[in-house]
Amino acid sequence: MPANDVMIYGEVSEEGNISTVTLELLNVGRMLARSSGGKLAAILMGNGIAAAAEEVACLGADKVYTMESPLLKDFLADLWVDALEKLCREMDPYILLMGHTETAIDVAPRLAFRLNTQLTMDCTDIELDIDDGLLLRTKPVFGGNVNGVFKYEGKPQFVTVRPKAFDPVENGQSAGEIIAFDAGIDASKARVELIERVREEVVELDKAAVIVAGGRGIEEPEKLEDIRELLNLLKGYFGSGEIGCTRPLVDMGWFSSQHQVGLTGQKVAPELYVAVGLSGASQHVAGITRAKKVVAINKSEEAPIFQVADYGVVAEFEDVLAAFRNRLEELK
Amino acid sequence: MKTLNIIACVKKIPDPEAPPKAVNVDREQKKVSFTGVAPVINPFDENALEAALRLKEACGGHITVLSMDEKNARPVLSKVLAEGADRLIILDDEHFRDLDSLSVAYVLSRAILEIGEWDLIITGRQAGDWDSGQTGALIAELLQAPVVTLARSVLIEDGNIIVERVKPDGYERIRAKLPALITTSNEVGELRYTSVKQLVEARKMPCEFWSADDIEIDLEALKKMQIVDMYKPVLQKECVFVDGGSPQEKGKNLAELLVEDDVISKRI
Repeated sequence: MPANDVMIYGEVSEEGNISTVTLELLNVGRMLARSSGGKLAAILMGNGIAAAAEEVACLGADKVYTMESPLLKDFLADLWVDALEKLCREMDPYILLMGHTETAIDVAPRLAFRLNTQLTMDCTDIELDIDDGLLLRTKPVFGGNVNGVFKYEGKPQFVTVRPKAFDPVENGQSAGEIIAFDAGIDASKARVELIERVREEVVELDKAAVIVAGGRGIEEPEKLEDIRELLNLLKGYFGSGEIGCTRPLVDMGWFSSQHQVGLTGQKVAPELYVAVGLSGASQHVAGITRAKKVVAINKSEEAPIFQVADYGVVAEFEDVLAAFRNRLEELK
Repeated sequence: MKTLNIIACVKKIPDPEAPPKAVNVDREQKKVSFTGVAPVINPFDENALEAALRLKEACGGHITVLSMDEKNARPVLSKVLAEGADRLIILDDEHFRDLDSLSVAYVLSRAILEIGEWDLIITGRQAGDWDSGQTGALIAELLQAPVVTLARSVLIEDGNIIVERVKPDGYERIRAKLPALITTSNEVGELRYTSVKQLVEARKMPCEFWSADDIEIDLEALKKMQIVDMYKPVLQKECVFVDGGSPQEKGKNLAELLVEDDVISKRI
């Protein structure tokens, strides 16, 4: 591969679907390839990824490297790190991007170590500095209160990209080439063993068109009914919807962590985000910066959530929501 | 069974719950400062310590807490002794300031080799200051130890550690042979409560200070973080506050406004 190529790691679900963040990586990867004058390549790993590879090849990747094996049916970081190290050594990409997901958290730092390069995790913006050809890596630090821009020598220029930080790729151009790569997967290299995989609850916050989210201001679990009723009504207008929450509600056991929105929870980009009784701590706001419209209902005028809201209501939420639902049903 | 030797890596940071207005950025110097913000132990590292304490309760053991900081961090860090950690080591050296992730992991790994015998290293998933999120996995690479990230629960069984690792739709149960390294997620649970009295008493408990001379380390290998810019993000939107004499009226007006602005349109 020539020197300026961009490579993205595409995530494929156990059902063989391409993840949303992969579509976002294809978009930002294409932009970087344009600046660097290189080609865009994608890597897919797993078992049963042929259809996903076809799809990625039609979404703007010039080349799609597939590493397919029954041994890769379950995710095991040790095998992933070994295989990606081998592929990167051989293909020598100039830029390497992964989505900032549980997989990347496990794999990316170790891969960077093996490739003797500097990794920056959870970037919300990346661009090429045309003066020296290095990546400018922007990421929120200090709980999202500050943006830091970092720059390191080394190859590949390696970052993980925050989900929802970029728009997904729209349409592909011509179909790219699919190349099977033999990574020589050796199951005996795995130093940890997967005992079981447990699915608890699928909460598709990242795909929801409307999210109603609650925080500590909800006060009692019984009052969550108000939130659920509002969500059910709004789903009629938006199609898909989910309940979101802040970290304290997860810590209190009201919701599973799958519902958590924020820095260590999900990053969301719904058409409408309704924040009920949540103050808007930086850690939570970090998850909603890509929401199209934000409505905040909070009894305190000082709540920081109003600084990131398009519409604000200063009041106790129960009466507001009841009247809101009634009026909306009358209108539409 | 022999004593389980646990090493927990912990970092002091400015309280991440601080409001945005307490955070100041000097763009020229590329420095961040804080107004009236107390230093705390990184909450994710508190989760790590809590996991260590539970293992100690369950199967006995010895917990060493390792932190890279200045000597004056002792009052904050000695909280770990009040909680039940057995030994606190602060790595303080001018060479250790503002290091990049790999260099931090390198220093910690060299200190761990100096400590000697260990069965389990626990770190938080990330630190709430730079949110780099790499230290644990890098220490594991440096020490060639098996690693499991994002643990939400841990237990020891026949010389193995069994970890529930957080996934977006549930979890996976993973087994690794000790010695191993794990990073904890907040789902592990908050650090237990300690009384003010215990906290004050812990400040008098022993604390070791190690410098670069106390560990075998190549100072030439240490690299600094490379920051080219720092600024406060502009998140501010123009919030339209909805009028109304009562909460009910505000609710009604909000519905009308959202329909009028086409934020909510036709039913699907």
